[in-house]
Amino acid sequence: MDLAYLAAGIGAGLVVIGAGIGIGRLAASAMEATGRQPEATGDIRTSMIIAAALIEGAALFGLVICILLAIKS
Amino acid sequence: MNISYSSLKSIFILFFTFTIISFIAFPNNSFAGGSGEDEGKVDIVDKVVDHDYVDFYFLGKLKLPKFEPVTIAGITFDFSITKSLFMMMLVSVLLVFVLYVAASSNKKNLVPKGIGNFIETIVVFVRDEIVIPNMGKDGVKMLPFFLTLFFFILFANLFGLIPFMAQPTKNINVTAALALIVFFVTQAKGIQANGFFGYCKGLVPHGIPTFVLPIMIVVEFIGLFTKPFSLLMRLFANITAGSIIILSLISLIFIMSYAGIVIAVPFALFIYLLEIFVSVLQAYIFTMLATLYINMAVHQDH
Repeated sequence: MDLAYLAAGIGAGLVVIGAGIGIGRLAASAMEATGRQPEATGDIRTSMIIAAALIEGAALFGLVICILLAIKS
Repeated sequence: MNISYSSLKSIFILFFTFTIISFIAFPNNSFAGGSGEDEGKVDIVDKVVDHDYVDFYFLGKLKLPKFEPVTIAGITFDFSITKSLFMMMLVSVLLVFVLYVAASSNKKNLVPKGIGNFIETIVVFVRDEIVIPNMGKDGVKMLPFFLTLFFFILFANLFGLIPFMAQPTKNINVTAALALIVFFVTQAKGIQANGFFGYCKGLVPHGIPTFVLPIMIVVEFIGLFTKPFSLLMRLFANITAGSIIILSLISLIFIMSYAGIVIAVPFALFIYLLEIFVSVLQAYIFTMLATLYINMAVHQDH
């Protein structure tokens, strides 16, 4: 029973690590691209937000499972 | 310009102070969970799930009407009005009222001003930044649909930030209904543009070897349903997470007594401001991905 709480906590941490690395790399590349081509800033920002939303969606699936674990136990 | 900005600021300050006070000043009523045995216990699930009453905390509870379950073709439907449904009705009424006022004021004034100007800015944003870049000029014909999606999600998300109110999008059924609408519109537009058999054939990318075809058909068929599923989960999880975080931060006061206020209130205020940003962002992303998916169904070549 208590292990479910532990699993939920560790799982949430891992999910945030993954999402953080993903969005961090995305933002780094987007800023580099903006630096190279400042005139394409708008397009880069739009596609960056879409990609960040997709990464966030994957992270939220994991978090929902963590919440389910914590509630069910 | 200056005057409207400062009045907006004062409204915001008043609004936040009221929220914080309503959370802090009446902790026992707000978090007692209703029944006597759970006195002083914070139940996160209780704050997230649907109820058949609207809790006005220290002002009492508003009981919503209950109807007898109806059985149609062996399936029982319960048409009772719940909190989410009640909030959705309020949002819809507010939406119709605000947009009607904006539209009629724009019809009256040759140069848009006031609320008409504000709403027009958002409409032009949706057209020029979301629909045209993703769908081209053809997408403008579907602009009313995307505007409806955008304004409903935006108003629903922001509505929950008003004290005593709740986001309808905090209920997974509401977001599921929105995603289902997008799913059916996607299929309909795809079939309309390519014909039924053309659409089914276009789902699988052509030019791939024959032996991977069985796998690809299954993968693409599942992919048809994961798109709306991720739409509904993203909106639901973002809004619910915001509520849970604010509640958890406020709960610090119960754990750490007076010292908790110093930590909890500024952090909760920060998350609250973040929630405004998230509300707009989620409405933007939902509409943006809906246009992307519909465009992918219409132009299947790439």
